[in-house]
Amino acid sequence: MNQSIDIHRDDEASKTGMWLFLFTEMLLFGGLFVVYSVYRLLNPTAFHLAAHELSVPIGTINTIILLISSATIAMSITAIQKNNKKLSLLFLSVTLVLGLLFLVNKYFEWGDHIKEHIYPGSPVLALRGQGDVLFYGLYFFMTGLHALHMIIGMAFIGFIAVRVYKNKIDSGNYALHENSGLYWHLVDLIWIFLFPLFYLIT
Amino acid sequence: MENEKHTIIPYRTLLSVLSVLIILTLISVFLTQISLGTLTVVIALLIAVVKSSFVLRIFMHLKFEKRFLSTMVVAVTLLIAVVIFITLLDYLYR
Repeated sequence: MNQSIDIHRDDEASKTGMWLFLFTEMLLFGGLFVVYSVYRLLNPTAFHLAAHELSVPIGTINTIILLISSATIAMSITAIQKNNKKLSLLFLSVTLVLGLLFLVNKYFEWGDHIKEHIYPGSPVLALRGQGDVLFYGLYFFMTGLHALHMIIGMAFIGFIAVRVYKNKIDSGNYALHENSGLYWHLVDLIWIFLFPLFYLIT
Repeated sequence: MENEKHTIIPYRTLLSVLSVLIILTLISVFLTQISLGTLTVVIALLIAVVKSSFVLRIFMHLKFEKRFLSTMVVAVTLLIAVVIFITLLDYLYR
């Protein structure tokens, strides 16, 4: 038996599978956006006042960080397609650092809210009324779920970096690398909508 | 499958898309900080849609893939939009 002849690989199927998974993610967050719009409609004043308490500068900086990280992972794919392993590893590391930076910002942002006794289930928050409870409940849940996706994405990218380092991914075999990029761009895509909904529309 | 031709996106394209995305972000921050009433929501969401189409088409390669992938993306997006629309109709006019 000659194994090298029998190895079957279908990059297009692998990519299509990744997209099908991304659709379920889009539906997951889409459902949350429905919940957000309905509660916003039912509690316009509370949502308006609560949204003013979020820091637009931090949100903007985090948006830009995430956009740059999306560009760097796309560049790491271009680099591997041109067989430039070193450059690809560099771009992957930059992506990871930027992802970490986003999460650190998020940590301080959440920390400030929690210091002011604003967190799901907080008695101080409950006193401010149902609208505030809903706004911050959705804020913590949706940004938290997004952050969880970032952590998973970073683990995926770290795994890809190891594969590139070990020469298991190269210019002839990068479907997995592209799929990690797709996942990271989805995380970016979700943030593109979360940012205006929570920070900008007041 | 391996030897199928695959588009390599140049670094320069990626960088120009990135600058467009950052500029659009700053524009949407600026426009929403000045009070425009209900228009704010429309502007912010419209810019978000433009930004995501850049991410989907260039960063996520949809522009260079076979048509069926982008068709499915549009279908899923429409599905979410329809669900939001119908739910809001129910809450507004019940």
